[in-house]
This record gives sequence, structure tokens and C-alpha cells, in this order.
Amino acid sequence: MENEQPYQEISQAPRLDWQVNGRGYYGDFGGAFIPEMLHPNVEELRNRYRSILEDSGFQEEFAGLLRDYVGRPSPLYEARRLSEKYGARIFLKREDLNHTGAHKINNTVGQILLARRLGKTRIIAETGAGQHGVATATVCALMNMECVVYMGAVDMARQAPNVARMEMLGAKVVPVQSGSRTLKDATNEAIRDWINHPLDTHYIIGSVVGPHPYPDLVARFQSVISREIRNQLEERTGQPNPDWLVACVGGGSNAAGTFYHYLDIPSVKLVGVEAAGKGIHSGASAASTVLGRPGIIHGSRTLLMQTPDGQITEPYSISAGLDYPGIGPLHAALFQSGRATYLQATDAEALEAAFELTRLEGIIPALEPAHALAKLKSLSFHPDEVVVVCLSGRGDKDLETYIRNLPEKLKTESKSPGKP
Amino acid sequence: MNRIDQLFCEKDQRVLSVYFTAGYPRLNDTFLVLEGLQESGADLVEVGIPFSDPIADGPVIQESGSRALSQGMTLELLFSQLRDCRRSIRIPILLMGYLNPVLQYGMEPFLRRCVETGIDGVILPDLPLEEYEIQYRKLFQDQGIYLVFMITPETSPERIRAMDRATGGFLYLVSSSSTTGKEKDLGRQFSYFDRVARMGLSHPLVAGFGIRNQKDFREACKHIQGVVIGTAFIEALSGSEDPRQATADFISGILGPSTPAGSKSK
Ligand SMILES: Cc1ncc(COP(=O)(O)O)c(C=O)c1O
Repeated sequence: MENEQPYQEISQAPRLDWQVNGRGYYGDFGGAFIPEMLHPNVEELRNRYRSILEDSGFQEEFAGLLRDYVGRPSPLYEARRLSEKYGARIFLKREDLNHTGAHKINNTVGQILLARRLGKTRIIAETGAGQHGVATATVCALMNMECVVYMGAVDMARQAPNVARMEMLGAKVVPVQSGSRTLKDATNEAIRDWINHPLDTHYIIGSVVGPHPYPDLVARFQSVISREIRNQLEERTGQPNPDWLVACVGGGSNAAGTFYHYLDIPSVKLVGVEAAGKGIHSGASAASTVLGRPGIIHGSRTLLMQTPDGQITEPYSISAGLDYPGIGPLHAALFQSGRATYLQATDAEALEAAFELTRLEGIIPALEPAHALAKLKSLSFHPDEVVVVCLSGRGDKDLETYIRNLPEKLKTESKSPGKP
Repeated sequence: MNRIDQLFCEKDQRVLSVYFTAGYPRLNDTFLVLEGLQESGADLVEVGIPFSDPIADGPVIQESGSRALSQGMTLELLFSQLRDCRRSIRIPILLMGYLNPVLQYGMEPFLRRCVETGIDGVILPDLPLEEYEIQYRKLFQDQGIYLVFMITPETSPERIRAMDRATGGFLYLVSSSSTTGKEKDLGRQFSYFDRVARMGLSHPLVAGFGIRNQKDFREACKHIQGVVIGTAFIEALSGSEDPRQATADFISGILGPSTPAGSKSK
């Protein structure tokens, strides 16, 4: 195990198949398809990230911040009414209770410590829902570093409260007007910034995407999620392994973190849930495993939504955090091998699931993990099976969308949740 | 002999290469602009294959690419626009673009179409040296198409030598670590040009990214064999009703009326 953890550890590293090889590949997927202008930056990161992450001083500082600043370990909550409804023991991994309201902060804390050790003074990031931008702006305030966040103009409008939070934290939020003006375009702009500021700047990428070593780096920082799940389940059920793990997939970082320590344990069924938008084949979705073909996006070979001519397709989802036309290369490999199953939830299903969780458990989830919750109805559980759903973030940022979509029909339905 | 080698055999200074985006300003201007460039004295052209997500390009080239795409530009269409180009075009032609559209076309079919069309070389900024050597070098060599590599001021001497061994035709010096169209202080690049020039590499050096006018062209060519102009040319095309005239005016502005193309004077 590389980055040692603050908690009691059952030492069992994932099998080598699910670790990147020397060239940054998970099977056929990954790599580092970057212009030469980025080579020095990416190579420096590649050469140094493992030794920095393995350094005990780094681990101590990282663990300390996760505990005292982020509030980890995040609770593993057994959702009794939800369990009753779906006929299994359903636990929610409460990443929504982290400081700043999502799992994104696990990665930004790790990366800002890494950036400091690389001697960088300026931080850039892309953001979709704004959660990663807020998490980045937060750690930059903490470490007194300059912070520039690129955000699609469309996302700035639909996630306005997060824009205000980033600015209050001292970040400069740059509206991106190119392409579909969402996450993919914000990522392009962040990469361009990095090309133009190669020496002083570290790019804190927000998911398990981008050129090697980012997918591995981010997965390692997010792997705190599955490490805690193991310990918490052991304590609660006497067994560290669940039967099912369910997580939403935009780029795939909360899912990678949720799956990480279980990749190697075949009895644990892994389910990733992508955004189907208005329907998988409606022309307005972000269902990369169904609609994607192998291609290159943001420096990585992965499954990618694209035209026959190789132009990257504009994705769509009601949730800004899942609105990405690809998935991280680890997920492409898990999908291709069949190790994990990928399902798709529509906007309407996600909204319904969000309202349901709110009324059943008194938890308003973010729209992204609402997609994961939405597929509980499609999985067939045995009553004594243990299911862990990663509740990757809280719904504050989505309140406006929820209020706009609160029809009478849903209100009454969610008051009587019992289903045959 | 590859036309690029031929060019540098005949002319080893003040080589002018010009980049433009295929399908721009209008969808069917590609050949018109190409012909205009040859007539007005460009030595080499780089035809840009538009891509939805051009991460190494600044706003001007991005905008030209999205306009071309919205007008219906595709790689297949580009090959058909250039199908008969070798009836009149003698100067070397490179295609420049991002890897994904090429991979979707298929690297091997792509290279075969390049040969059929009379393309001499390809520039793919997001295909790094390592991936090229492992996956594609043999395909390029089998078809006799050159892949031109880029180096930056931060590229180490060992890596520059490795690229000199792998590149075809010339080495492309990116004049600063920046996306296309950034105006940089060119003077500061000259020590880097000189440093690379003194390495005794086996390929000629051509510098790009940030060269805009006759002065830049002449100054840069005191240090290396040639330059590429892209953004400034796209800007000239974008404001014009008559791409052929705009091309002639732009190139004569770079070469200068008193300095005919091919002049050996320094
Ligand atoms: C709460 C939440 N969950 C999930 C995601 C999707 O990202 P990933 O797939 O990397 O976990 C986001 C992205 O913004 C998010 O804010």
C-alpha cells in the first residue's frame, strides 16, 4: 500500500491488473497524449508523485487534514427506510458531510500538499458543478495560494451559488465560452492555461481523468473512501466486504474511490451509474459506456462520445457534475473487462430518487449521487445483502433545480413511498 | 525524395511555412488558399484538420476550427478537396491536427490517403514521442510519410536528440511554452534557437507559435532555417471577403516586395 492511512488498516492492495502500468495504462486505456509543451510538467508529476505520496511526512499531513479539516472518517449510515423499500441492508457513505459538501475535497487536499512539495505557487482547476472548484478554492485559501478556476458559462449560470462561494474564497473564476460551455470546455481551457504557465502552476484536475499520472493520483487520494468503508462495515456487520457498491460516474472519481480496495475482490459487485440525460439515445445524454468508442480526450485514451469523424460530442445531463463525454480510463477498463457494471439514470429518474431520499431519510442529495440512488430499483437484491451507495455530495447547490422540478405528482408519490 | 527534404536541400534559409485551417473561411476555400500560398511564395504549407477540442490552440485558431466544423468540414472532405492538388501544387504539404480524428479514421487508412493525395508529412501535437515509437513509427515509415516533432525551450537536450532521430523533414521549435497566437517577446527566444542550432542536429529547424510579421520572420531566420506563421494569417483571412487576395497581400507583407522568395541574402 502506498499512501498509508490514519485508520486501522487491513493491508490488501488491489491486484496489479487494476493499477496503471509504467506507461499509465489500465489495459487498453489511459496513457499520456499530451503536447510537448506539457511534457515537463506531466513528467515531473509522473516521476515524483509516488515518492511524495509514500513519504511519511506527507501521509501524516494528509491524514491530519482529512481528519481535522475535512471531518473524516465520513459516517457510514445505515438507511433503514431506504433499506426497507429496496429489500436489502443499504448503507450510505456520507461524503456529503465532508467540508465543502462533496468527496471532491479528498483529492484537492492531497493535490495541494503535492503542489507545495513540487514548489508550485499557482493553482488552476476546472469545474462543472462547482464542487471541485469550491474544494480547490478552499484548499488554496487554506494554503494561501493563488487560485484560478475555469468554469463553463452554462455551468456558471446553473450553479451560481458555487461561483459566489469560490469568489468569496478568493479564487478567480474564469467563464469559458468555447464549445458547449460546460465541463469539457472548462477542462480544455485549464489545460491551455497550464501550457502557458508551465513553471509556477499546478493543475488540480477534479476527477480520475486526464493524462497519466492524474487518473492514478486522484484514485489514490479518493481511495480513502473504500478504506473507511471496509473498516466501518467490519465494525457494523462483522464483515469488511459488502455485496454491492453503487456510485455515480461523471469522470469517475467518487466511484474509483468507492471501488478502490474492492477491485480485487470478485464477490463485491461494482455498479457505476452514468447520466442518461433525457434518455440514452435521445441525443441529450452523457452515457459514455453505451455511446462511447475508444478515443482520446484530455490526454487519455478512454471511452468517449464522439462523431464518426472523431469530433467530441457535447454531452448533456441535468447534473453539471456528470456532464462529461468520457469516463476515466480505469472505468473504461473495468467496463471492458466486465469487472464493473455501468447503468444509466435519466434526469427524471435522478430527480425522483433525490425526492425519495429526502422524504425517506431526511437527506437532500446532490443531483450526481441521486443518479446512483435511482438505480437501486433496477438491481435485484437478496434481503440480507449489504449495499453501499456513495452519497458523493449534498444537494444545497441543486436546490434551485429541485424547486423548479417539484411537481405535485412527485410530492404526493414521495409521501407514500411504499411500493409493492 | 520526400518534398520536404527536397525543399531544405534547395533552400536552407528563410523558409516560410504557413498554417491555415481547412474549410476556412468558407468550406470550399481550402484549395484556393493553398494555391494562393504557393503563388505568393510560401515554401511549405500546414493544412489544419479542425477538431472540436484543440487544447494547444489559442482563440484565433480555435475559432477558425469551430467555424470550419460548423460549415461541415471533415477529414474525408479534406482529402477530397485536396484530391487533385498535385496537378498544380509543387510545394510540400503537411496535415496538422489532433490525434483523435486521425485515430477514428484509422491511422493506416489515414496514411494511405495521405500518400494518394500527395501529402508529405503530418504534425500531431498530442501524439508524444513514446507513443509514436511504440505504436505508429512503423506505419509512418512503411508509407513514407513524415511525422514532424515539436520541441520547446524546456525540452531536455537528450529528448531533443531523440526527437531529431524520430522526426521527419525538420524539427518544429515551439517558440515558447504557449498555445498558438500568444504574443511573446520573440527576442527572448533567440538564445533558445541558437542553443538548439548549436547542437549539430541532423534536421533543419523551423520555429512556430508567436511569429506574426516580416520583422519577426527576418529576425528569427537569422537563427534557424525557417518559421511557421499561423494565427496572424488566420486573422488576415478572417477579416477578408477575398481569401486569394488576402493571402497574396499577407505573404507579400511577410516576404517583402524587395525580397523575392528564395533569396539567399541574410
Ligand atoms: C457531488 C458530486 N458527485 C459526483 C461528481 C462527479 O464526479 P466524479 O465522477 O469524478 O465523482 C461531482 C462532480 O462535480 C459531484 O459534485
